[in-house]
Amino acid sequence: MVPLWWFVLLGVVLFVIGAAGVLVRRNILIVLMSLELLLNSVNINFIAFGRYYADFRGQIFAIFVIAITAAEVAVALGILVALVRNKSTLKVDDVTVMKG
Amino acid sequence: MDQGFFLLFATVAVITALTVVLARNPVHSALALMACFLQISAVFVLLEAPLLAVVQIFVYVGAIMVLFLFVIMMIDVREAVLQRFLPGGNLPALVLLVLLGVEMLVLVLWSDRFAVTEPAAIRGGDQIRSLSTTLFADYLLPFEVVSVILLAALVGAIVLARKESG
Repeated sequence: MVPLWWFVLLGVVLFVIGAAGVLVRRNILIVLMSLELLLNSVNINFIAFGRYYADFRGQIFAIFVIAITAAEVAVALGILVALVRNKSTLKVDDVTVMKG
Repeated sequence: MDQGFFLLFATVAVITALTVVLARNPVHSALALMACFLQISAVFVLLEAPLLAVVQIFVYVGAIMVLFLFVIMMIDVREAVLQRFLPGGNLPALVLLVLLGVEMLVLVLWSDRFAVTEPAAIRGGDQIRSLSTTLFADYLLPFEVVSVILLAALVGAIVLARKESG
């Protein structure tokens, strides 16, 4: 059987890669995709700990995380479409004011 | 057997995740992210969470990534493709990331709490049945709150993306 720390290690590696995407890339689409990667690495940890300690709450929290992620992506992409329509830019650095 | 499959899925997941971050073209990033989600759902199967694996494929690969690809289609990404990769001045971010990764690795490998090798035995009975009982009995209120949040996000996304008609 696979030891628990392998899963934790996979979660760590994916989390660092996702954080790198959020911090280093300047394209808003890539930043959003990296956010998805971050939330998925958290899900791996939830389910791994839930499995190894025989607790369903890990899976239940993973379900909640997935639902919240879906809501977040829908709103974020709506904002992105409105932003591109108004300012026609995709760079994070160009979006520094809240005022339209 | 399990270990071999885990290593295979983890390797492919890490490679595709790196592709997500490193690819120039957002479409390539989206496709690599889709592959990464498939590997992660395979990892969920290894963790004996079949419901989560199916939900992962339905929601992430089926809904979220299709949404991403639609938005990429709607907006013009040619400018983004041409943009210079890794603009200067993000050295602090890279240093911070390396520190974060080293810290988490050290903490994970140091601690003996993660050294559990054998998963605890699952209580008898249907796993999905007891999972759904827990979800709909003990976590009923959070479940309803999540459904309201989804509805609000649906309305919000429609309002945000609508063309302003004045």
